[in-house]
Amino acid sequence: MFSPEDLIEIPFADWVDDFVRGFLVPTFRPVFRAMQQPVDILMQNLDAFLNAVPWVVFTAVLCFIAWRTAGRGTAIFTVVALAFIDMIGLWSETMTTLSMIITAVVFCIVLGVPLGIAAARSDGFLKILRPILDIMQTIPSFVYLVPIVMLFGVGTVPGVIATIIFALPPIIRLTNLGIRNVRGDLIEAAKAFGSTPRQILWEVQLPLALRTIMAGLNQTLMLALSMVVIAALIGAGGLGLTVNTGLGRLAVGTATAGGVGIVLLAIILDRITQGLGEAKKRSDKTSVRGTVSRLVKPLFGGSRSAEPAE
Amino acid sequence: MATKLRIRNLYKIFGENTDKALAMIEEGKTKDEILSATGATVGVNDVNVDIEEGEIFVVMGLSGSGKSTLIRMLNGLIPPTSGKIEIDGEDIAHYDDEKIREIRRQKISMVFQHFALFPHKTILENAAFGLKIKGVPLKERNERATKALGQVGLAQYSDSYPNQLSGGMQQRVGLARGLAAEPQVLLMDEPFGALDPLIRRDMQDELLELQRSLGKTIVFITHDLNEALILGDKIAIMKGGRFVQVGTAEEIVGSPADAYVEAFTKDIDRSRVFPAQRVAKSADPIQKSDLGAEAALAAMDRLGRDAIYVVDGGKPVGVLRYRDAQGTLRTAGGDCSSALITTFPKVDAEKPIFELYPLARKGLPIAVVDDAGQLIGVVEPETIFAELAGDDEAVASEATLQTAAE
Repeated sequence: MFSPEDLIEIPFADWVDDFVRGFLVPTFRPVFRAMQQPVDILMQNLDAFLNAVPWVVFTAVLCFIAWRTAGRGTAIFTVVALAFIDMIGLWSETMTTLSMIITAVVFCIVLGVPLGIAAARSDGFLKILRPILDIMQTIPSFVYLVPIVMLFGVGTVPGVIATIIFALPPIIRLTNLGIRNVRGDLIEAAKAFGSTPRQILWEVQLPLALRTIMAGLNQTLMLALSMVVIAALIGAGGLGLTVNTGLGRLAVGTATAGGVGIVLLAIILDRITQGLGEAKKRSDKTSVRGTVSRLVKPLFGGSRSAEPAE
Repeated sequence: MATKLRIRNLYKIFGENTDKALAMIEEGKTKDEILSATGATVGVNDVNVDIEEGEIFVVMGLSGSGKSTLIRMLNGLIPPTSGKIEIDGEDIAHYDDEKIREIRRQKISMVFQHFALFPHKTILENAAFGLKIKGVPLKERNERATKALGQVGLAQYSDSYPNQLSGGMQQRVGLARGLAAEPQVLLMDEPFGALDPLIRRDMQDELLELQRSLGKTIVFITHDLNEALILGDKIAIMKGGRFVQVGTAEEIVGSPADAYVEAFTKDIDRSRVFPAQRVAKSADPIQKSDLGAEAALAAMDRLGRDAIYVVDGGKPVGVLRYRDAQGTLRTAGGDCSSALITTFPKVDAEKPIFELYPLARKGLPIAVVDDAGQLIGVVEPETIFAELAGDDEAVASEATLQTAAE
C-alpha cells in the first residue's frame, strides 16, 4: 500500500527539539526567568499570607463575601465546606491551591482584559488573536508543560504560568464580546457629547460590558481550577499534589480527599463569581451594589469605577 | 436674527468611489444610476440652507431620505464627503477628531430617537454626562444637571435609573442631557418618534414651551409632517438626499413645490396651518359716526352681505345684521345704535383657522383683528368651510390626476 511516508519523512519532532533546545531556551531563558518574577512574588506572598490567616478569620471573611454576593445559601455552604476541608486535614494544601488560583486569575485579568479591549477595538487584531486563542484552548496542556519546564524550571510558579496560559482565553473572548455588544446608539450618544475614545471606554463600554466580563472571569477561574492537578505534574504544590501523590501510590483515599477539596473550592468560587456578575441586576439592593463596587473596583485600576459611588 | 448654521453644497456619499460618484452627480445622474455604476450610495445630495439663531428648523422626510445622515454630519458623527457646515461662520465640515470633539462639547448637543440613555447611570448622572465629559467638577455639574432636569419636570427622579421611567420621561431625560451642557445648537433626531401619539403631542407642546424661554437653535428631524408643521419655524422637505422645499408651514401646505410635497400635504389639517387672515375678506366697515339704517342697508346691499361691522377709530365696536337694520327703520326711525350686537366673535389674525370653528356657530361674520385690535377683515362662517373643502378637493383631484398620469 502507498503511504506518503514512503516519499518524504518529516522529522517534525526533531525540528521542534532543535528549535526549543537550540534556540528558544538558550536565547530567552533569562527573559522568561525575569517574567516569572512578578508571578513568583505574588504567589509566595499570597501563599504565606493565606496559610498564616487563622481558619476562623479566613472563613468569616469568605463567608461574608459569599453572603453579600451570592446569598445566604452559599454563605452557609462556604462555612460547612471549609470546616470539612480542615477536618480532613487539607487546610494548608487548600490555601496553597487557592493562592495559585488567585495568582493565575489576577494575571489573567491583567493580561486578558486589556487584550480583550484591544480586540474589541480592532477587527484586525481580533483576526490575529482569534486563532491563537483557539490553539490555546485546544492544545493539550501536557504539550506545553515540557517547554515550560525547560524555560521556567519546575515548581509552583511554572505551574501557575501553565495555568495562566490555559485559563486566559475566556476572559479575553468575553471582554471582547461584552464591549462589542454595547448598544451602538449609546456609543453614538457618548460621541455626540464629545467623549474621547478613553472616556467612551470608561464611562460606557466597560461598565456595560461588566456582566459579560464577569462571566469570562468565572470561566477563567473554573479553567484555572481544572489545571490544579496538571500543574502538580511539574512540581506545583497544593491539592493537586495530594491527588497526584494518591495516583502515584494508588492511594484512592488520598486522591479522593484532594479531589473533594478541589470540588468544594470550585463550588464556592463559582457561586461567588457568578453572584458578582448577577448582582448588577438586583440594583434595588444598595448593599449588594456597594459590595460589588468595592470588589470590582480594583479590577479596573480602581480609579474610575463602573459603579455609582454610594 | 443672525445665521447660526450655514450649510453649503453638502454631500455625503457612502462607498468607495466617492470622486466618481460626485462627478456623476454633477452630470445630473440619478441615485440609482450612480449606485449601479460605482456602487456608491448618495446619502445627502447638495444641501444648502441657512438656519437662523433661535429657530426650530425641521427636516421632514421618509426613511432613506438622508435626514439622519444630514443631522449626523452637523456634529461630525458622519464626516461629510464635501461641502461646508458653518457654525457662527466657522467651517467644521472637515475638522479632525480633536477639533470636532471640542465643537460637540461646547456648541452642539444631541437628542436621540431611542433616547440612548446610559442604563448603568442614574437620571442625574445621565443628565450630567455632557458636563462630565467636558470636565466640569462634580458639584457644579450636579447643580446644572438638576436645573436641566427641573426644566423638563423630572428633578425628583434624580436617583432613579432609566429603566424605571416611562418612554416619555426617558426622552425628557434625553432632552435634559442635551440642555444641561448648555449648547447653542440642539440636534434632535426623531426624538418623539418612539413615543405614543398622546405623549408625543404633550412633548411637542412642552418643547415649544421650553423653546420660548431658551431660544436655542434647534435642528429637528421627523418623518411626521404634522409634527413638522406644529414645531417648525422653517421646514425642509427632504427626498433622495435633497431638499425639495424649504419654507414655513403655510408655504409648504399652501404652495407645495412639487407633486411629492403635495402628496404629503394632502392629509394635513389645513385649519391648523393656515391663519385666520388667509380666509378673511375685506371688512368694508361703516364708521360709528356715520351709523344709520339707510346707509348700512345700502352698504350691505352693495357688498351682498347679511351683516356689517361698525368701527370706531379702526376698532370694531359691534355688528349690525340686515334684518335688525330693517327693523329699526320701522320701530326707531332708522336709529341703529340699539340694534348693534356688541358681543360679536373676534379673532387674532395669526390664530389658526380651527379656532374659528366655535366662533362660527353664532352665524355672525367673525371680526379679524391685528395686534393693535384694528379690524383688518371679516370671515363669513361659510367661507371657512368653503376654503377648507375647496382646497382639499382641488388637491385631491390634482393628486388623482397625477397618479393617473404616472
